[in-house]
Amino acid sequence: MTDRTYGTRLPGLPSDELGGKLIVIEGADGSGRSTEVALLKEWLEVEGHAVVDTGLRRSTLVSEEIDRAKRGHTLGATTLALLYAADFGDQLENKIVPALSAGSTVLADRYIYTLMARAIVRGASRDWARRLYGFAFRPDLVVFLDARPEILLHRSIGKYGSLDYWESGMDLCLSRDLFESFFLYQDRLAREFEWMTREYAFHTVDANRRPEEVDSVVRDLVTPLYGRSPKPPVRRRVRPTPPGPAASA
Amino acid sequence: MIRENPSPKHGYPGRLFVFEGLDGSGKSTQAALLGKWLAAQGYRVFRTEWNSSELVSSTIRRGKKKGLLTPTTFSLMHAIDFADRFERTILPPLRAGYVVVCDRYSFTAFVRDAARGCDPDWVRTIYSFAPTPDVAFYFRVPVKVTLQRKIASRLKISYYEAGMDLGLSEDLHDSYERFQGRIKKEYDRIALTDRMTIIDSTRPVEPIQAELRSAVRPILQGFPKGEALLHDG
Repeated sequence: MTDRTYGTRLPGLPSDELGGKLIVIEGADGSGRSTEVALLKEWLEVEGHAVVDTGLRRSTLVSEEIDRAKRGHTLGATTLALLYAADFGDQLENKIVPALSAGSTVLADRYIYTLMARAIVRGASRDWARRLYGFAFRPDLVVFLDARPEILLHRSIGKYGSLDYWESGMDLCLSRDLFESFFLYQDRLAREFEWMTREYAFHTVDANRRPEEVDSVVRDLVTPLYGRSPKPPVRRRVRPTPPGPAASA
Repeated sequence: MIRENPSPKHGYPGRLFVFEGLDGSGKSTQAALLGKWLAAQGYRVFRTEWNSSELVSSTIRRGKKKGLLTPTTFSLMHAIDFADRFERTILPPLRAGYVVVCDRYSFTAFVRDAARGCDPDWVRTIYSFAPTPDVAFYFRVPVKVTLQRKIASRLKISYYEAGMDLGLSEDLHDSYERFQGRIKKEYDRIALTDRMTIIDSTRPVEPIQAELRSAVRPILQGFPKGEALLHDG
């Protein structure tokens, strides 16, 4: 089973080949990730695939503890990194693997990479983070939505009305100024995503564009997974010109 | 910053004494006695045991109840617990120059997770933040003896302690013996690879305590004493 994971054997998992596909959409907050996940899910379902979507911090095991820890801000960096790993492990074993076994497509709104980046910018070594998540399944496709910090900033403000404390990395004390902290933090995360892009063979998609354009590029990456060649770009159906004075004129 | 007397094992100014062994091996009794003695000698002592911290004990309980825990998540939950304990209560006194007496340390995780089938290298990686102790005592005792002690003191055997989740046996006592047997085998193995000090714990309390005191004396040679201070964390 080690070939299906990043090197660490998972005890107690089915040894037969899991049929489903695992597609991961990664990207910073404000990169349009959630929108793309929704669009892709809709399209995959229309195409006839059973889709299970999953994200970070949605398991029943420790999500409560993570929320509590975040409110109190009292946890050490290693403890917090392990909390996220446990949460991920729970989802992997109780949600992702069963869905893959059932032949479903699992669409993950972020995966171990975001968790690793967060842990590393908070002091974990790259090697520790990489090996900690060695039990994670290798996705069939990782799409990385790459957007400029200014775009992230505007989308973040649009979404929260301000900047989010955690997405600005305020706990790192990079700057007392929320704006400045946001840029410094995003820059550090970007640096981690950069080496992971090579190490984990991300498909980087320019996300400084409108959602439909991003979606069309992502679809072309997803299509070959199902053994088909990418469809030619959908031409917008031309509406028949309504009869009226203009037509008759 | 305190920089004097760095330990040759981990580089911190304090000293780290670890007590490992099966439940009922007598290690907690011995750790408490050694702590008392060290404090009486004038050392600053910080004693701490690895039982669940508030943060995750509720989660582990809930997870156990719902049967949500797999060997991987079970291992990670304990790692969280240990990391929290380490970052909060072990590292600060170690940096402040205390003699830190740990009732259970990362070795507990190595043996338990291995008995549950987790990849040993993976477990070791996770715990790589835990520094090498100055001495790690392994209280070796046959599983039968720990079971007798448990029964004698009317302690209940818990589901996970018996490894019932692994389906080794339908019977609690039988499962306990098998699972603890696996753990003991793993302890016996790593005691050699990790150079632990093996203590024959089938003997009475007194001679064992005397042995421990002789074992730590050389480690503490030249180690500064302060006002006698014993903190039970």
